Amino acid sequence: MSDLTSEKIELLKEKANDIRISIIEMLVAAGSGHSAGPLGMADVFTALYFHVLKHEPTNPFWEGRDRVVLSNGHICPVLYAAMAHSGYFPVKELLTLRKFQSRLQGHPHREFLPYLENSSGPLGSGLSQIVGMALVDRIDNGQTSDKFFYCLTGDGELDEGQNWEAIMLAGKERLGKIITIVDRNNIQIDGYTEDVMPLESLSHKFESFGWHTEEIDGHNFQAIIEAVGRAQAVFDGPSVIIARTIPGKGVSYMERDFKWHGNIPGTDIAGEPAKAEQVTIALHELRTLGGQIRSEHQ
Amino acid sequence: MINKLQKLNPKLWDKDIEQVPIRKGFGEGLLAAGELDERVVGLCADLTESTQMHLFRNKFPHRFIEIGIAEQNLASVASGMAAMGKVPFITSYAMFSPGRNWEQIRTTICYNNRPVIIAGSHAGISVGPDGGTHQAIEDLAIMRVIPKMVVISPCDHIEARKATLASVGLKAPVYIRLAREKTPVITTEDSPFEIGKANLVYGVEGKADVGIIATGALVYRALKVAEKFNKEKITVKVLNVHTIKPLDEKAVLELAKDCGALVTVEEHQIAGGLGSAVAEYLSQHIPTPIEFVGVRDVFGQSGTPDELLEYYGMGESHIEEAVQKVMKRK
Ligand SMILES: Cc1ncc(C[n+]2csc(CCOP(=O)(O)OP(=O)(O)O)c2C)c(N)n1
Ligand SMILES: [Mg+2]
Repeated sequence: MSDLTSEKIELLKEKANDIRISIIEMLVAAGSGHSAGPLGMADVFTALYFHVLKHEPTNPFWEGRDRVVLSNGHICPVLYAAMAHSGYFPVKELLTLRKFQSRLQGHPHREFLPYLENSSGPLGSGLSQIVGMALVDRIDNGQTSDKFFYCLTGDGELDEGQNWEAIMLAGKERLGKIITIVDRNNIQIDGYTEDVMPLESLSHKFESFGWHTEEIDGHNFQAIIEAVGRAQAVFDGPSVIIARTIPGKGVSYMERDFKWHGNIPGTDIAGEPAKAEQVTIALHELRTLGGQIRSEHQ
Repeated sequence: MINKLQKLNPKLWDKDIEQVPIRKGFGEGLLAAGELDERVVGLCADLTESTQMHLFRNKFPHRFIEIGIAEQNLASVASGMAAMGKVPFITSYAMFSPGRNWEQIRTTICYNNRPVIIAGSHAGISVGPDGGTHQAIEDLAIMRVIPKMVVISPCDHIEARKATLASVGLKAPVYIRLAREKTPVITTEDSPFEIGKANLVYGVEGKADVGIIATGALVYRALKVAEKFNKEKITVKVLNVHTIKPLDEKAVLELAKDCGALVTVEEHQIAGGLGSAVAEYLSQHIPTPIEFVGVRDVFGQSGTPDELLEYYGMGESHIEEAVQKVMKRK
């Protein structure tokens, strides 16, 4: 990873905002999909695709690339947007999300978009796949490998028992190249995670399975990137970064509300702005950075 | 012509025929079952509203358990509750239950012989834009092969409500397949419904050129195709097989005898589904030419339900082609 200058942080903030705008535009064009998770994870994905990852977007199959496994496939709009904005494919292709024959399937399918490391949608199996990848890297390259294996998961997703089977195995195998980032946004479909199925103390759970843990503000680029740096420096075991995020971040009426998990702007929901206003409000807030700048930038 | 005894929706051929999601019938049926029988309990894996279990939860919060996103646990916890005398209903998307938790269903529900009712919502390719990961088109196959399991695939929300209510009294494990999308309402409150008894919805007694055996929402398309052929003086019958297992062998045999050529129609892989059940039975009794309408060993993808049904060969034109083709094989 290169140094993180204040200019770079400003650039990352701008990118993240562009990605959020794309997320709204693509969801609206698709007519269905998930809003809260992708908006909440825009900063983490920006940090990854524009600073952290060893990758070559124009040479996507480069063998030396870090591997990224998206376990919570429903947040794929943020993955697709980060990939497009970093140069994997044209940004305008984002508007084909969820359409018949599109490469951008409603949940990621690597037969349609081969730059993906995995297909997902059904929750809870990403960690096992990253463990498999990291095991092979150790068998083939031993300690000399300079690849990292990033897995992104939801928090509600961690209800699935398979995660804990993989977490145990990664701990047992001391897979130091694994860096898991949990989207700790406290929501899932039926409500707040601590009501549906309490996860706390999440970092203690990971720790007791032999993981190095970090708990950070998932909207602070410096915090994200420094936590990844510390995780990379841990050699004798896997690391997890619990990124505390605000679901729906950047669109005021969506923030912190589980009702926006699987709805898009333009949906009738009690207590929310009129359905016809929602897209305009969302894009206006993002284009003016929540009122920080006066004229909308496109 | 439409079989009058079936008392189908009188507006069956209207362009603006009423459309209601099949899963909604399940939600209403479960609520009614809960009111009638206090042994009924509901368990869900973080999809309470999508699977329509919220109607039951809102009325009987103390008989509802939120399991979290943990379908394997969902199945086996329900088995434990059945062991203590309850009649548990478990819900998720069909891809995850019974998709993910198959072995738990096999061992802890069926092998234990416990009457758990599994409702798999969002089944079939017509869940649409979510894409292939969410399109359960193998669920009938994997449920049908487990001993003791009863497998039901209602054609509309009214049938789903009746199936849900009737399942409570079966004292057996049951799988009910539900679709997400709004689908045409084919039957009425007065239509006959009995688990294990197929309904001849189109055609009358006696011979016909071709028999269509259909299940789920595609029964509607089968009916439209039959009506079209009958206008062209090709007689077609349609049998609505809402219970895939136990199969109504008598009705299937009779249809095979009357028509001598069959088409099966399902929103499911051809391998292992309704068509397979029909073929397994008939080939041992009166081997009959059959054409299969269903998914041909591929995964689905994102798209609108209509785009996908066309692309994967389950549109009306495909049913028509199958009818033409099987007639020539007589
Ligand atoms: C195995 C499985 N069960 C259920 C679902 C349906 N589902 C999709 S997202 C979701 C909630 C996930 O919660 P979380 O990981 O916290 O994601 P967030 O809502 O924060 O985006 C559920 C239950 C699924 N995709 N896979
Ligand atoms: Mg969450």
